Amino acid sequence: MKDRTLVQVALYAAIFAVLGLLPRFDLPFAAGVPITAQSMGAMLAGVMLGAWRGALAMVLLLFVVALGAPLLAGGRGGLGVFFTPSVGFIFGWIAVAFVSGWLMQALRKAPVFPAALIAAVLGGIVVMYAFGIAGMALVGGLTVMDATKACLIFIPGDAIKAVLVALIAQTVARGMPEALLSRNA
Amino acid sequence: MISLYLTQRTWLHAIPAGWKLLALALVSLIAAPLDSLPVMAGLLLAVLALYASLGKAALAQIALLRPLWPLFLILLAFHWWNGDIIAGLVVLARILAMVLLANAVTMTTRMDAMMDAVEPLLAPLGWFGGSPRAVALAVALMIRLIPLLFALWEALNESWRARTGTRGGWRLLAPFCIQTLRLSHHTAEALAARGGVPRGTRR
Repeated sequence: MKDRTLVQVALYAAIFAVLGLLPRFDLPFAAGVPITAQSMGAMLAGVMLGAWRGALAMVLLLFVVALGAPLLAGGRGGLGVFFTPSVGFIFGWIAVAFVSGWLMQALRKAPVFPAALIAAVLGGIVVMYAFGIAGMALVGGLTVMDATKACLIFIPGDAIKAVLVALIAQTVARGMPEALLSRNA
Repeated sequence: MISLYLTQRTWLHAIPAGWKLLALALVSLIAAPLDSLPVMAGLLLAVLALYASLGKAALAQIALLRPLWPLFLILLAFHWWNGDIIAGLVVLARILAMVLLANAVTMTTRMDAMMDAVEPLLAPLGWFGGSPRAVALAVALMIRLIPLLFALWEALNESWRARTGTRGGWRLLAPFCIQTLRLSHHTAEALAARGGVPRGTRR
């Protein structure tokens, strides 16, 4: 593994953690709904780093959380989080980063904003909820239908996050094109 | 950063991390298929007794469950709606017991002891040209980056506020990403200058 790859993986794992430590963003059209910025970290890791490095960043994050660091939103962490009904979402982040990174690489010929939006929506919403709903159904003992209903309230927040990720990718592509590693590696 | 680790030593601190992880894995495997309410309530009581035996500081840690209550209420509501409130209570007792038990392991094990306990499991990385030592480096690097990134965010927020008088919020994310990537280039160069990512398996 190259030095730079290792540092970038560690960097995006750290960015994910910092997104959870920051006070809640006042997202434009989600007044009153508490949204943690954190799941955006998984989409960002994929969109910026590409499939494998993005997924590795999430693996590293979960590893450090399991070691006992309270790095998830609200100071949660340790082994306990892997036994909550939201465990599907937690493991889902690895798949989110991988799928959005893979899509971003597959769409490298397309303009950045639409490519990143497609990657973030398919990876960050479709894939994440597939994992999240499965986890909720298994751990919570619900039927898949009920688990889906229980998860639906979070989708508007994640849609906003997907748009933000696309905007960030576009700004980064303008300001520091070589930073968008999913496009040039 | 709020630490999950209990600084006050208890009897559970003295048990090696590997044994605690093994016990946790076994209990979770055994508890997963069981669905009798008395058994699950018993398991929950046993875990609470474990906390009581660890002292006041451990009992105070139960407050960590507070953010989960809305989720628990939703779960119970769905089970009640389906006419099987008992199944809901079983699920709730199992989740509470397992989360608390897992947290007891985290609470009484230092991060470096945990790292040492899982290092043998990382040995297969060597077959793919990776190295457990590279993993340890990535973990250390990530933990060190967090306060740095936090300071970087604060600096961006300050200058945004100086210009506009409002909080930057999500608008700072793009410049934040660019600056952090610049930081990561410097870190990678510094790392290369010091011999690069370790490749062997020996310390």
